[in-house]
Amino acid sequence: MTISIRSVAKTFGRFPALNHVSLEIADGELLALLGPSGSGKTTLLRAIAGLEFPNEGQIFFGDQDMTYASAAARRVGFVFQQYALFRHMSVAKNIAFGLDVRKGRAKPSKAEIAAKVDELLGLVELSDLGKRYPNQLSGGQRQRVALARALAVDPSVLLLDEPFGALDATVRKSLRKEVRRIHDATGVTTIFVTHDQEEALELADRVAILKDGKIQQVGTPRQVHDEPADAFVAGFVGEANRIEGTVAAGRFSAGEVTIAAPDRPDGPAIAFVRPHQFVKGGAIPLAVRRATHQGPLVRIEGETASGLWLEAAFSRDQANGAGPGDAINLGIERAHIFSA
Amino acid sequence: MTAIDTTRPVAPARPPFFRRRSAVPGFALTLGLTIAVLSTVVLIPLFAVALKAGHQPPSEFLKEAFSARALAAYRLSFGAAFLAAAVNGVFGLVTAWALVRYEFPLKGLINGLIDLPFALPTAVAGIALTALYAETGWIGALAKPLGWKIAYTPLGVVVALTFIGLPFVVRTLEPVMRDLSADVEEAAATLGAGRIDTIRRVILPALMPAWLTGFALAFARGVGEYGSVIFIAGNMPYRSEIAPLLIIIQLEEYKYAGAAAIAVVMLGVSFAMLFVINAIQAWARRRA
Repeated sequence: MTISIRSVAKTFGRFPALNHVSLEIADGELLALLGPSGSGKTTLLRAIAGLEFPNEGQIFFGDQDMTYASAAARRVGFVFQQYALFRHMSVAKNIAFGLDVRKGRAKPSKAEIAAKVDELLGLVELSDLGKRYPNQLSGGQRQRVALARALAVDPSVLLLDEPFGALDATVRKSLRKEVRRIHDATGVTTIFVTHDQEEALELADRVAILKDGKIQQVGTPRQVHDEPADAFVAGFVGEANRIEGTVAAGRFSAGEVTIAAPDRPDGPAIAFVRPHQFVKGGAIPLAVRRATHQGPLVRIEGETASGLWLEAAFSRDQANGAGPGDAINLGIERAHIFSA
Repeated sequence: MTAIDTTRPVAPARPPFFRRRSAVPGFALTLGLTIAVLSTVVLIPLFAVALKAGHQPPSEFLKEAFSARALAAYRLSFGAAFLAAAVNGVFGLVTAWALVRYEFPLKGLINGLIDLPFALPTAVAGIALTALYAETGWIGALAKPLGWKIAYTPLGVVVALTFIGLPFVVRTLEPVMRDLSADVEEAAATLGAGRIDTIRRVILPALMPAWLTGFALAFARGVGEYGSVIFIAGNMPYRSEIAPLLIIIQLEEYKYAGAAAIAVVMLGVSFAMLFVINAIQAWARRRA
C-alpha cells in the first residue's frame, strides 16, 4: 500500500517533534527513517501506526485518510525495539493474537489460524518453537516472533522501530538480512527506524534522513552517500573529514587544502572529504601519526603543517607501508562543499 | 622470565564441601539469622501450640476442635476473610489502576489514605466502622430501609476485614502495574485488539501473579484479624463469632487445651490455603 505523509506536524508540549514532514512511500518499498536521537523519526513512525496523532497534516494509506484512525483500525504491523511480546502466552499464541481478537465473521477458524501460525513460524525460521514462552527465547528469536506476530494480520504496512537496537552485533547482522528476505518474500510495504546508518544503507531501498523534525534528504542509499543534499547529510551518512574554510572565486581553501568549488558562492564553507576520496601524490603534505590496518584497507591519520587533522583510507598497495613519522602527499579526488 | 614447571604434578582443585560456592557474599550469615529469627518468633511458638493441643486425649481434642460452635466460627472466619479478600481483589485492582495510570488532584492524599489501615490501631478502626455501619450510623441508616443490617452480623465482619485488607492488594499490584510496559498495550492495539480485549487478554494475565499475592496477603490478614472485628461483629455464638475470639473465650475460661485445639485447626487450614495459593502463584509466575 502506498503511504503518503502530507505536511505532518507534531509537538510535545513546546518541543516540535515533527516540523511539517512530507513523504511518499511507494507500495512494496522498504524505506529507512534515519536520524540522530531526537530527530523525530520514531514520532513519525508512531504517527503512521496510529500510536501518536499529528497536530497538523494528513496521513494517507492509499487514498484513505487515516490521520486520526485508531491503531486497531489501521491494520499495521508494528515491531518494537524491546519486542513487546505477551509474556504469558506461548510463541504460537503471540503470533495468533491479531487473528484471535477479531470478532464475528472477520475471525478466521481455529484451523485457519493454526495454519497461518505454522506458515509464519516457518517464514521466520522458528518452526519448532511454537510451544515455548518468550522468556525461553534469545533476543534474536524474540524479535523474530515479534515480526511474525506483526505479519499475522496481513498488515498494509510493516513498521519497525529500531528493530535491531537491543540485539548484539552478530545477531543484528543476520536479522537484518532476514528482514530483507521476509520483505522480498511478502512484498509488504515496510518502514523502519534506525540511527545506524550502516543498517539503513544496507537494508533499505530508500533512506529518509531526518534532523530536528525535518526531512533533510530522501534518496537511494547511493544517492544519500554520494550526493548529500546538505552539510548535515554529508556528515551523518558515511565517514567524512570535515574541513572548515572559505570559498573565494570558485575555490575552497583551508590551510594547505584547496578544492575547486565552481558553483559555490563566496564566503565561509565546509568541505566533506571521505577517507577513500584522498589519493596519494597530491599537493597536501601530511605528517603521518597513525596507520591502522583494517582488512584490505590501511587507514592513515595525520596532521598538516597548518594543523588540519586528516584521515585517509588506501589499499595496502597504495599505502606502501607508510607509518607514523613518515611524510606523504595527499590529493583530493572529490569533495562535497557546502556554504556554512 | 620464570619458566612454569610443567613436570610437577598439581593437586586437583577440590570443591569445598557443604559451603556453597557463590560470589554473592553473606549466605551463611543471612540464612543463619533467618532460621534463628524464624525459630524464635514463629516456629517455636507454633510448635508450643501444637504441643499444648496434643496434651489432651485425641477424643477430647476432636470434641474441642470440631464442636458445632467452633465449626461455625471457622466458617465465619475463613468465609468472611475470603469474601473480604475477593472484594479487595476487585476494588484494590481498580484503586491501583487509578493511582498508577492517571494524574488527578489530591492523588498524594489518596495514596496516603490507602496505607491508613496498616497504621491505625485495629480497635480504632473497629469502633469507627461500628459507629458508621450501625443502624444509627451514616451508612447503616442508609442500608436499613433496604432491609440490610450490617453491623453485628457476618456482613459487618466482611466490612471490617475489607477495610483491613485493602492496602495489601493495592500495594502489591502497584509496582507490577507500573512496570507493565506501554509497549505491550500498544502492540495489542496495533494488532487490532480493543480496550476490553487488551485489558482482559494482555494486562490482567500479566498482573495475575501479583494479584494472587495481594489476595493471599489480604486473606491471611483477614483470618488472623481480631481487634477491629470484635467491635462490629456482635460476637453471637454460632452466628457472628470469629475463631480468634473463640480462642480468647476459651482462654478466659482457663481451657488452654481447647484454645490450643482450635488454634491448631486454624493453623492447619491457613497453612494449607496459603500453600495452595502459593502453588497457583508459582504456576502463574513460571509462565510470566
